[in-house]
Amino acid sequence: MMMVPREEYWRWSEASWADPDKHWKDARVVTLGIDVGSVSSEAVVCLDGELYAFNTVRTAAGSVESARNAMKGVFERTGLRFDDIHYVVGTGYGRVNLPFAHKAITEIACHGRGANYMGGPSVRTILDMGGQDCKAIRVDERGKVTNFLMNDKCAAGTGRGMEVIADLLEVPIEELGPRSFDIDEEPPPVSDVCVVFAKSEAMARLKDGWSKNKVIAAYCRAMAERVAALLQRVGVEPDFFITGGISKNIGVVRRIEEIIGVKALPTPYDTQIAGALGAALFAHALYLKAQGKPQAA
Amino acid sequence: MIAHYGYKDAEGEFFITIDTDRCGRCEDKPCVAACPRGVFTVEEDPYGDTVVAVDDRRRRRLKYECAECKPAGDRPALPCVRACPWGAMTHSW
Amino acid sequence: MITAGIDVGSKNIKAVVLRDGRIAGEAVGSGGFEQLARATELLKQALRAAGCATADLAHITATGAGRTAVAFAHSTVTGVTAGARAANHLFPGARTVVEVGAEESRAVKTDGAGRVLDSAVNEKCAAGSGSFTESMARALGMTLEEFAVRSTQSTARIPMNAQCTVFAESEVVNLIHSGVDPKDIARAVHDAIASRVAAMVRRVKLEGDVVLLGGMAHNPGFVKCLKENLEVETLLIPERPELADALGAALVATDRAGGAPGERP
Repeated sequence: MMMVPREEYWRWSEASWADPDKHWKDARVVTLGIDVGSVSSEAVVCLDGELYAFNTVRTAAGSVESARNAMKGVFERTGLRFDDIHYVVGTGYGRVNLPFAHKAITEIACHGRGANYMGGPSVRTILDMGGQDCKAIRVDERGKVTNFLMNDKCAAGTGRGMEVIADLLEVPIEELGPRSFDIDEEPPPVSDVCVVFAKSEAMARLKDGWSKNKVIAAYCRAMAERVAALLQRVGVEPDFFITGGISKNIGVVRRIEEIIGVKALPTPYDTQIAGALGAALFAHALYLKAQGKPQAA
Repeated sequence: MIAHYGYKDAEGEFFITIDTDRCGRCEDKPCVAACPRGVFTVEEDPYGDTVVAVDDRRRRRLKYECAECKPAGDRPALPCVRACPWGAMTHSW
Repeated sequence: MITAGIDVGSKNIKAVVLRDGRIAGEAVGSGGFEQLARATELLKQALRAAGCATADLAHITATGAGRTAVAFAHSTVTGVTAGARAANHLFPGARTVVEVGAEESRAVKTDGAGRVLDSAVNEKCAAGSGSFTESMARALGMTLEEFAVRSTQSTARIPMNAQCTVFAESEVVNLIHSGVDPKDIARAVHDAIASRVAAMVRRVKLEGDVVLLGGMAHNPGFVKCLKENLEVETLLIPERPELADALGAALVATDRAGGAPGERP
């Protein structure tokens, strides 16, 4: 039996936005940040170091194609052309292959910078959890990374692990969070960390008579404990900021907050653009530097 | 910056931690040649320091890459850690 | 003297009955949720094959991940110890024992007489064991047998980047879609697990002949890749490599029935 492509729940929807109060023709410096991730790709435009527009698309087969798709949406929305852009920074796993980027910067550094913009200078600890990785980042008041780790080896502790369990239980992924609280008492976490073995454990629990909600709670708890351990390796200091798909799963977020004893900062921003936004902000600083106008990079 | 390269999985936490403030002061980066598996690379970090990092292809299999330097019986000092003149490197396992 | 060894693995349960140190009966079956009931059944089956009764047993030793479930066993022994004991019983003098089962793999250095000197284990992560191969065969739509044989026919060496079974499934699907020959994918999968097992062998330091035990020893694709990764010409594989731990446990049972102090469950 071949695996058939199926709908992935653990994803951000494609989105596009531009600030109606700004116009790029009024800006002195226009910069572009592109984040080519394993699941989605984002393009963000900054005007003089302020967020102006973004577009996000599903990652295509190639990095260059994905970056072009992301850029295209932002250009269509704003009327910008590539030639109007002063500086381009690429980030994400596909960053090294972008021929039109002036520079490639790691997603860790870009995420730190982007979260600093969205959460403000008080943000010290950032958790980013997407479909295929999990990052724990500590930053200073300027968004410079002081401590980080990234886990993209193991599916447990990523959105993908959650998808596997949602699939097994035949529960839509967006229902996992609320359903994980619809239980009589918090069960112990699933003991198997490995997603493959956790599946067997989940089936054994169902056979023991556990409700689906109880299994979901046990899995959310296990995932929260794993993520909290990663956060504790870099050290948790408030304010705490969460980006990526995980922020949508309150079942995991609430449990992480409970374990580390710190609440996540609320934000009005669409945090999926953190990496691309950081890249566009780096691009701004790098452009000014290249022009001989020193500014903190 | 404290950079943790590696992963956590069901078997444990396998991270090589590099203090890039110390690493950046080192001219020769002798750890790179000391590693029998070519685990390390030298790169410019986003803040302009020239530092050692773990190669992207090796990062997700550190338990296996580092296996021969971590014999089951006795645990001699690791070549990479021993080579570092600045005490910038530690292993989590 | 009649003794028995029972290996409660994550997938299958195996029972071996020894009469005066020789295999008189054996049984293999799936474990499932009712481990104790299945273990009882399989022991009875092995006893029937040996032509004797439960009352004839001088000592029963259980091993494997689920060994504590076997309430009727007189003692238990770890898989590492049981495997080493069986390996040197079958191949006296061999120093390096590699065992790859459904959910665990290990490398053991022995003194050649069945005693463990060093060991390194892959466990708790599906990518380190036979279940990795099963998941990948399923993704390719092949039976395990076909998957193993096709792997041996590959001449191209392509890398697998994913180190996790869940991520590797997607990688395999992507490789299929980009038109990579299935036999080359099969080889890449076997090579990936062989390289992880070989790394464990490096931790105990390869010495002398290498014995390969566990269900994966039946898989020619894996055996070929493991030889390449260990850079050895031959691997010593018994006729029933999947029964090795049960045999080792039965041998330990014989030692313990003979008066040697045994560890009680």
